[in-house]
Amino acid sequence: MNYSEDTIAAISTGSVTNSGIGIIRMSGEEALSIAEEIFQSKKSGKSLKEVPSHTIHYGNIVDDGEIVDEVLLMVMKAPNTYTREDVVEINCHGGMIVMNKVLETCFKHGARPAEPGEFTKRAFLNGRIDLSQAEAVIDLINSKNDMSMKSSINQLNGYLSGKIRKFREEILNDMAYIEAALDDPEHISLDDFGQILLNKINEICKELEYLIQTSDNGRVIKEGINTVILGKPNAGKSSLLNVLARYERAIVTDIPGTTRDIIEEQINLNGILINLTDTAGIRETKDMVESIGVDKARECAQNADLIIYVVDSSIPLDENDRKIMEIIQDKKVIIILNKSDLVSVVEENSFSDIIHAPVVSISTVTQDGIQRLEQIIRDMFIEGKIQFNDELVITNLRQKNSLKDALKSLKLVINSIENSMPEDFYTIDMMNAYEELGKITGESVEEDLANEIFSKFCMGK
Amino acid sequence: MPNVEENYDVVVVGLGHAGCEAALACARMGLETICFTVSVESIALMPCNPNIGGSSKGHLVREIDALGGEMGKNIDKTFIQSKMLNASKGPAVHSLRAQADKSEYSRSMRRVLENTEHITIRQAEVSEIIVNEGVIEGVRTFSGATYHAKAVVLCTGTYLKARCIYGEVSNYTGPNGLQAANHLTDSLKANGVEMFRFKTGTPARVDKRSIDFSKMEQQFGDERIVPFSFSTDPDSIQKEQVFCWLTYTNEKTHEIIRNNIHRSPLFSGMIEGTGPRYCPSIEDKVVRFADKNRHQVFVEPEGNYTNEMYLGGMSSSLPEDVQYEMYRTVPGLENVKIVRNAYAIEYDCINPVQLKPSLEFKNISGLFSGGQFNGSSGYEEAAAQGIIAGINAACKILGREPLILDRSEAYIGVLIDDLVTKENHEPYRMMTSRAEYRLLLRQDNADIRLSKYGHELGLVSDEAYEWVLKKQEIVKEEIERLENTTVGVTDKVQNLLERLNSTLLKSGTTLAELIRRPEISYEDLAEIDPERKELRYDVVEQVNINIKYEGYINRQLKQVEHFKKLENKIIPETINYDDISGLRMEAQQKLKKFHPRSIGQASRISGVSPADISVLLVYLEQHRRM
Repeated sequence: MNYSEDTIAAISTGSVTNSGIGIIRMSGEEALSIAEEIFQSKKSGKSLKEVPSHTIHYGNIVDDGEIVDEVLLMVMKAPNTYTREDVVEINCHGGMIVMNKVLETCFKHGARPAEPGEFTKRAFLNGRIDLSQAEAVIDLINSKNDMSMKSSINQLNGYLSGKIRKFREEILNDMAYIEAALDDPEHISLDDFGQILLNKINEICKELEYLIQTSDNGRVIKEGINTVILGKPNAGKSSLLNVLARYERAIVTDIPGTTRDIIEEQINLNGILINLTDTAGIRETKDMVESIGVDKARECAQNADLIIYVVDSSIPLDENDRKIMEIIQDKKVIIILNKSDLVSVVEENSFSDIIHAPVVSISTVTQDGIQRLEQIIRDMFIEGKIQFNDELVITNLRQKNSLKDALKSLKLVINSIENSMPEDFYTIDMMNAYEELGKITGESVEEDLANEIFSKFCMGK
Repeated sequence: MPNVEENYDVVVVGLGHAGCEAALACARMGLETICFTVSVESIALMPCNPNIGGSSKGHLVREIDALGGEMGKNIDKTFIQSKMLNASKGPAVHSLRAQADKSEYSRSMRRVLENTEHITIRQAEVSEIIVNEGVIEGVRTFSGATYHAKAVVLCTGTYLKARCIYGEVSNYTGPNGLQAANHLTDSLKANGVEMFRFKTGTPARVDKRSIDFSKMEQQFGDERIVPFSFSTDPDSIQKEQVFCWLTYTNEKTHEIIRNNIHRSPLFSGMIEGTGPRYCPSIEDKVVRFADKNRHQVFVEPEGNYTNEMYLGGMSSSLPEDVQYEMYRTVPGLENVKIVRNAYAIEYDCINPVQLKPSLEFKNISGLFSGGQFNGSSGYEEAAAQGIIAGINAACKILGREPLILDRSEAYIGVLIDDLVTKENHEPYRMMTSRAEYRLLLRQDNADIRLSKYGHELGLVSDEAYEWVLKKQEIVKEEIERLENTTVGVTDKVQNLLERLNSTLLKSGTTLAELIRRPEISYEDLAEIDPERKELRYDVVEQVNINIKYEGYINRQLKQVEHFKKLENKIIPETINYDDISGLRMEAQQKLKKFHPRSIGQASRISGVSPADISVLLVYLEQHRRM
């Protein structure tokens, strides 16, 4: 059995290692023809479909006559590929902006965003991956999917989701009106509805176009391991941040927080990008310590790839420490015993019954232990214990892609109205738009339309 | 005294619209079939509205006909008014609806059954199903007689533990005062079948002589009548038609209803069954749509030889005195005399997710069911399931593969898939918006879509099937000819375009291009198309539609291709979902409950995510290779 499907594309290089090269991978029946459309060879004019398999070609990715990037493009024809389908890999310049642009160009020409774990899934279904690894394939799909769900929730801000829900509501309402009239033509008339609908759809299209245009501007996509420094007041969180940042001064960049008053630092540990977030922005009053500290820990536990938990070793652990540890116990954590220059009252093994994490004694004053901390972070990354959640980036692209598809469908509705097509044709494309927008907000369609018809329109015998 | 004991191939329980189609399908496939009804007079009874067809229901009738069923032929023989609904809309939503002479419809269907070889009709109440180790073996009647059979089809409609209610009055009867079936439910439950209790209702029937029609709007049938059945010659059914009438409720009507709402059994809690939202009683409409100051009332004759008129739009379960009061506020009904009261009816039906897409019970081999018993509503929905249940009961006995129509092939496929895949908690009604590929599932091409199945099963004659094949060929040739016939910028062409209010040509084009213009049809171009052969009306219709909507049709065809891929991935019946570790808990439970037939069906179960489907695919592949 060959599990042949439509063509998918995704960025296949991890983006944490700030490397000079990024790889976009496409797989599926149309991989070669899509590549053909977007690739301009610098040498021969030979069609990519005719070149031998497993060959590399030098040229440009071009979109609407504009050069997106200078690339090396590798053609691998089925069946000797990872997925056993035709595969094209585009080696472009590293960095999110360029990779995104290349990927978007692929989408524009017919590929769709790969689902979490989909390349591997295809590889397995097409017999490329050994049977014994089936469990691992399932695990991969599930873990990627979890990450993806988490990211889309994290990333969807209230403004965007509010807008999209509003569009969906309007579209659903109008679909229900048309369908109710078709279902019960003797009760409900569609006379002149086309013009009314045209105005509404035009309005939504305008707003969608604006959202698509601005979707890249407002959001800073941060590449790197999201690392949060956490701890009670005066444990030395800010000092640690400063030390780490100062130590790497030459390559520190400041990224102002987008929504909260938090300063993030990006540091580079021998090629591994780390986004450090300090929770020092909060100035707790005595009686609010517990609630704020715990809430903070909870929020960070959800979003961070790595948590650095700073403890003041000169004072005993208390109930707050215990609560914080409980909340972060399922995360990747490094525990810092700070103030090793003072008299320590906290033992290194006093955490092990709640949380399993490496413990490092440091002093931000003398900078003792800092190098060891960095070594531990590096090791964790190289051993794969901490992973960068690149689903954030992918989710962003998926959402943009859905916005574009919804817009395309609504333009078809406009086209149908302007060409005086009968009303039942409108709802076909309206439903597509409705579904695409639903992918962004994570809402499925199910019985929406029937429910809307029954609840809004009085019909029946 | 010893009890009667007989042997048959198939037992059909109930002879409503589902039972009739089921019995005919089995008998026509050569199987000895015995059918039970609580009253022979009630065969193919229309206890509610006097219509066959309507939006999306007309599609179902056409599909039943294409499979070799009887409903379309029967209404063509007995209609008294006919209308193509949505004629000004796209071809996908054109829908035939006919007013039936109710008693003629019933009589005519009974005649067909009585004269079909291999059918035995028996008036008796079936009280028990006989099941042995998960396999059906027959039924037992209330009188104690045993009928052994290889398959049983249950089509009990609204008769199981039926109760009719208006006001404080409640009768333990089926529709129209007919005897209810009070025992079968217990036998089903004892065999592990999960039951629901649903409710529906009907308006009053009134005496024609007590109506003042001068206060109502007259409603006509179509000038040119289109038959339901592909086998009916249109010329043979052009006839004088009756009128229907339209009037409206008003604020006064609504006030009476509001003042008496506490006496409605629906609101007092006396009725426990779940009613359909799309077919609300008048009191429901007044409460739920409080801002509407009037509702339509269609006054329709029940037949040629009766004075009874049906008050469409005003079904109710209010007490008798309130019914009089409210009906008499409606213009034209000021002095109306009620012949039969409006009432609500409650009945037992099954949770249809217990069925396979073949309409066989998952847990009882050889037991099939169709119609309102499966939680649907409507004559046409019932008949559609009836024919499929009958066909598949026969296929089971004959050792053939079941007939399962998918969502891209037929409204029947959509109907059954929805019933067996979605958690449905109200009587299910067909709607065109439920069909994702409705542009392909038109009433005009039901024969092209489905008669191959009817023919394979022996339900459609060779002759009829050959015509369908030939028709497709002629359509294809004609489309090709039109795509390749060019017309130049001549006076004759420009004149015609001017008369048709169409843009004049600047350069030459093809006839097909002209037909793609919304204002131009195939027929309009006769004078500039001298090569044209004389073609039948149904061929012309296909040519027109296929050229005009080509772009849309092709898009849906492409979607169907994708849909079919998952639909054709069959899940082995022996799968054990507990073995699949990667599934989320919710998905695992749902999959265990539904036991979907294919990956496609699994993907439509609510609570099963795309990631679960991926996991399932990987698992299936793993086991295929082992």
